[in-house]
Amino acid sequence: MPEQLAFALEVTANGLMAGVLYALVALGFVLIYKASGIFNYAQGVMALFAALTLAGIMDGQVPFSHLINAVFGTDVHHFGWNVPAFLAILLTMVVMIALAYAVQRLVFRHLVGQEPIILFMATIGLAYFLEGVGDLMWGSDIKSMDVGLPQGINTWIDETTFEALGYGFFIDNLDIVASIIAALLVIGLVMFAQYTKQGRAMRAVADDHQAALSVGVSLNFIWILVWSLAGFVALVAGIMWGTKSGVQFSLSLIALKALPVLMLGGFTSIPGAIVGGLIIGVGEKLFEFLIGAPFLGGATENWFAYMLALIFLVFRPQGLFGEKIIERV
Amino acid sequence: MKDQADGYITADGRQIGPVVMEMKNITLRFGGVEAIKDISFDIREGEIRAIIGPNGAGKSSMLNVISGFYVPQEGEVWYKGARRAPMKPFQVAEQGIARTFQNIALFEGMSVLDNVMTGRLTHMETGLFWQSLWKGKAEREETANREVAEKIIDFLEIQAIRKTPVSRLSYGLKKRVELARALAAEPSILLLDEPMAGMNVEEKEDMSRFILDVNDEFGTTIALIEHDMGVVMDLSDRVVVMDYGKKIGDGTPHEVRNNQAVIDAYLGVAHDD
Repeated sequence: MPEQLAFALEVTANGLMAGVLYALVALGFVLIYKASGIFNYAQGVMALFAALTLAGIMDGQVPFSHLINAVFGTDVHHFGWNVPAFLAILLTMVVMIALAYAVQRLVFRHLVGQEPIILFMATIGLAYFLEGVGDLMWGSDIKSMDVGLPQGINTWIDETTFEALGYGFFIDNLDIVASIIAALLVIGLVMFAQYTKQGRAMRAVADDHQAALSVGVSLNFIWILVWSLAGFVALVAGIMWGTKSGVQFSLSLIALKALPVLMLGGFTSIPGAIVGGLIIGVGEKLFEFLIGAPFLGGATENWFAYMLALIFLVFRPQGLFGEKIIERV
Repeated sequence: MKDQADGYITADGRQIGPVVMEMKNITLRFGGVEAIKDISFDIREGEIRAIIGPNGAGKSSMLNVISGFYVPQEGEVWYKGARRAPMKPFQVAEQGIARTFQNIALFEGMSVLDNVMTGRLTHMETGLFWQSLWKGKAEREETANREVAEKIIDFLEIQAIRKTPVSRLSYGLKKRVELARALAAEPSILLLDEPMAGMNVEEKEDMSRFILDVNDEFGTTIALIEHDMGVVMDLSDRVVVMDYGKKIGDGTPHEVRNNQAVIDAYLGVAHDD
C-alpha cells in the first residue's frame, strides 16, 4: 500500500519538524545544566516570557499598563507605534540579557555551593515568578506573532511529492524555517563553545569550578553569559512556537516535553538534545499514526514521550550521549 | 648578602631578585580553628620558595590565601609593592599568579591542548563580539596564544598526548599537564601544591627537573609545598617551615635543617603550650 507508506513518510517528516522545536527548548536546559549544574525548570517559561515580550514590543504595548493604570488612574495601553520585527528581536534580547543578569545576581549568586535540589527549587520559584511578571507586563490575552517568517503549505514539496508518489506531502514552511534556524543555532553554539575564548571558559566552568577560577575565569560572568545564551535560545523557541500556535501561557508547558527529550539525549550533551528532540518528535507522531490511532483510540502523543523516557531511565539512565555515570567503590 | 633589598646571587650563580610578594601577619580562621596564626614571610623574584611542614600544618591554607581561594581574617598581602585588596581567585589569576592543586583540578573532558589553552585565557583580551565573529583580532590572538601553548607543551615534553582527553592520562602525566596549564599563563609567581605527591621515584625526578628548568628557562618565581624533604632541600632556595599553623623556621635549606624547632616538629617532640 504505497499510499500508506507515503502517509508514514509525511508523518515522519512532520515529526522531525516538531522534534526540532522540542530540541530547541531542551537545548536551553542543557546549556545551563552543563555550566552550572542547575536544572532550569524555568526554561519553558523563559521561552514564553521572550515570546510575550517580543509580541508586546512589536505591538507597541506599554509594559505594566494594568499596574500603571491601577496606580495612577491613567488609561494607557499602547504607545501607538509598531516596532519592526528585527528591532523588536534585538530589544527582546536585551531584556533577556537583563533577565539573565538579574537571575544570577539576585538568586543564584546567593546559592553557590548549595545542593542541586535547592537550586532546582529556586528555578521552580523563578518559573512562577516569571510567569507572573510576564502576565503583569504584557497581559494574559493570547497574542499572535508574526515576525515575517513564511507560513503555510510548501507548494514545492507538495507538488514534487505528488508527482513522485501520487500523494502531496503537507509540510509547513514555518517548520522548514524552524529546522534551518535550529540547525544554524546548534552549529553556532557548538562552534562558539569550541573555538572562542568565552566558549573555552564556559567549558572550563562546566568541567571544574575551582580549576576555572585558578586560570582566571570569573564564574559570575560565565553564568550570566550562559543564562543569556539560554535566554537567546528561549527567544528563538518562543518565536517558533508563538508563530505556530500564538503566544499563550500554555507555551510554558512545552518545557515538560523537553524533559523526556533530555532523558533520551542526556542532560549534558548539545547534540544529544537535538537527536533526542528528533527521536521524540518522530516517535510520538509515528506511534500515533501506526499504533495509537488505529489500536489505542488515539491521543498517544500526550504520553508517548514520557513512556519512552521511562524505558530509557531503566536501561540507559545517562541517555544516548550523556556522560557515563560511573560509581567507583 | 641576602639582606640586600634588590637581590643577590646564590652560591650556584643564580640571580635572585627583590621581594615580589610579602605576607604580613596573616591569620586565617575556620570558625574557632586557627589554620594560620600570625605568619609573615616573603617571596623574592626568581627564587624557588618552599613551604614545608607536617600534615595539617596549614601549608595548603597558606597557598590558598596567596591564590585568593581563602581570605585571611587578619594580615596583609603585598604584591609587587602594593597592598592587595581582598579579591576573588580569578582576579588573582589575572594579576599573574598561577597555581596547581594538590588533588589535580584539570578539565577532564577537554584535550591536553585545550587545557593548556585555558591557561592563556588571562592573555586574551578580545570581547564577546569579535570572538563570536572569529575574525581579525580574535583570530590573531588565538594564533599567538596557541604558539605559546605549543611552546609550553614542547617544553614539558607532552607533545605526544596533545590531543588526548585528560581523563585518559596517568596520574603523573595529569600532574604535568596541570603544570603546563599553570605555566601557559606565563605567571609572575607559580604556586605548586604538592607537585610530587603520589608519584613514583622516576616521576618525581622528572617533575623536579621540570621545576628547575622552568625556573631556569623562564625565570619564573615558584612557591611550592612539598612533603618529600629530600626534594625540598635539593630544589629550593629558601624554606618556610610551618607547624600547627605557626611559622617555626625560615631560611635556606641548610639553616632550616639545623633548626631545633624544625627538627622537633618533624621528629615529634611534645609541645609545651
